[in-house]
Amino acid sequence: MNWPETFRTGAEAVQAHRLRSILTMLGIIIGVSSVILTVGLGQGAQDEVKKQIDSLGSNLLVVSPGSTTSTSGVRGGFGSASTLTLADAQAIADRSVVPDVERVAPVTSSSVSLVNGTTNWTTTLVGSTADWLPVRSRTLESGRFFTRAEVASSAPVVVLGADTASELFTGSAVGQRVTVNGTSLTVIGVLATSGSSSSEASQDDTAVAPLGLANSVTGGTGVSVSSIYVEGAQEATLGAAYQEIQALLANLHGVTTADADFTITSQEALIDTANSTNRTLTVLLGGVAAISLLVGGIGVMNIMLVSVTERIREIGLRKALGATPRSIRRQFLVEASMLGFAGGLVGVVLSVIGARVLPPLIDQPVSLSLLAIAAALVTALALGIGFGVYPASRAARLTPIEALRSE
Amino acid sequence: MSAIIELEAVRKTYETGIVRVDALRGVDAEIAEGEYVAVIGPSGSGKSTLMHILGCLDVPTSGSYHLAGQDVSAMTEAELAEVRNRRIGFVFQQFNLLASMPAWRNVELPLVYAGVSRPERRERALAALERVGLADRADHKPGELSGGQQQRVAVARALVTEPALLLADEPTGNLDSESTVDVLNLFDELSRLGRTIVLITHEHDVAARASRRLVVRDGNIMTAGAA
Repeated sequence: MNWPETFRTGAEAVQAHRLRSILTMLGIIIGVSSVILTVGLGQGAQDEVKKQIDSLGSNLLVVSPGSTTSTSGVRGGFGSASTLTLADAQAIADRSVVPDVERVAPVTSSSVSLVNGTTNWTTTLVGSTADWLPVRSRTLESGRFFTRAEVASSAPVVVLGADTASELFTGSAVGQRVTVNGTSLTVIGVLATSGSSSSEASQDDTAVAPLGLANSVTGGTGVSVSSIYVEGAQEATLGAAYQEIQALLANLHGVTTADADFTITSQEALIDTANSTNRTLTVLLGGVAAISLLVGGIGVMNIMLVSVTERIREIGLRKALGATPRSIRRQFLVEASMLGFAGGLVGVVLSVIGARVLPPLIDQPVSLSLLAIAAALVTALALGIGFGVYPASRAARLTPIEALRSE
Repeated sequence: MSAIIELEAVRKTYETGIVRVDALRGVDAEIAEGEYVAVIGPSGSGKSTLMHILGCLDVPTSGSYHLAGQDVSAMTEAELAEVRNRRIGFVFQQFNLLASMPAWRNVELPLVYAGVSRPERRERALAALERVGLADRADHKPGELSGGQQQRVAVARALVTEPALLLADEPTGNLDSESTVDVLNLFDELSRLGRTIVLITHEHDVAARASRRLVVRDGNIMTAGAA
């Protein structure tokens, strides 16, 4: 029996027991679609993290106080010390020392209450320089950002986040006044929404003011800053900028880079951290899905064994009519792999539908990759073949006499 | 006439655990081309074993069996499958038709294993059905046919490869008397046309149709003579 005939016979056998075939495929269908969707969810989460971190500003380095690892090997609290100063920021901004840096924005932040008449809103007041806007890759919805001159003179102006503005003012916020700890500030601009998802809500609920003003309003020291945002000149030289800043700050603080009292984080490192968490989860869930796929394969074997027993007379007849053990083995192997592959196909279709339907329901993006789909299909086919081997060789080993004799 | 079947000192011993059963104890027989032979004997006589060996469904423990000049007594399973496919047409008591397929596809089945092309298979299957008088039932499934008709489909299937030997195992065992006459008339006709037929039965009136009878008893052929 040649291959086309074998496939035709296999397809007929699958069709002849339609309900049973569908039930058999169910395990494979569920396994395949859950593997694809799990991997898709993981991929979607990674994409989302990348998008969020990219939205913070590309080729960005964040210098935070506190060491990652103390000499004793104990990890220090992130930002637990206030060892970064305005002078550090000014030193980093010196192009002759750190040539690979484009802009520097030292940042202080503290929680404050903004008051407009009877309306009261608690938010984070960020003190920074005029470079804050480009460094953080933010844009304005209306008004303007504060200038270098206003930073130098600690002018009483403030730029509000979109959410903050709408909480405090009903109409346009630009030109209005808010009071912070008794100091009246003029709203000169409103930031456009950052476009990040809900988990980054604080990006839109903020107030940005000149550094000196923010310090005086919140009673800050005027010396230490909570972090320094550094924009590299080019993405390609970000590594160089990282090392230049590290060397410079270590020198300024009189420490070695091994026991530095500051931490420089790149976007890439943030992405890696977030992704490694995601990956762990994806591998875990994907593993569970893979096990369900395996169980589906065992289901195929189970049904194929039943099928061999049930069709023992047919096997006997085919053998009497001239079927060789090889062609009987092939017939059952093809049938099993058809069940596996068809189950895989239906699983792919279901997962594609799931990828459309699920994201709004679970508020998580699902990004399907062709590779995952192809891999799941191949696995389903391989399961069909793998778990078909035993039933098929059992059918092939039957002698025609015992097969014909059985009732 | 040359011999289609030559059995020489054929023995078949089954060993199931400690029990040893000598089903055939040195059978010698010769069946010539075009003969219509009935093998009769009570159950347990070794008649089924003889049929299995004649049909190349099993090989003798010792002795030799030549089918159409070919020694089949020491063949592998795959070689036997090919001999069954090309040399032997089977008719079973249970018809053994595949219920999901229409008559003509049941008839073409041996040709599938012979590697014949699809259009030729259909042509030959329809010709074989015509020969048994069922040309108009080609697209009917076995369930839609009477017992006699089903057995005639099985005969068509046995004839479709133009085998050297038509081997019928109790072909009328599941038929009413009218269908029995029907099928036996068909065998008579095939015999007249020169087919070699071996018919295994325990009914003497069925055996009476054959030109020669082999009586099997206790694993041996007792009498071999003209009916």
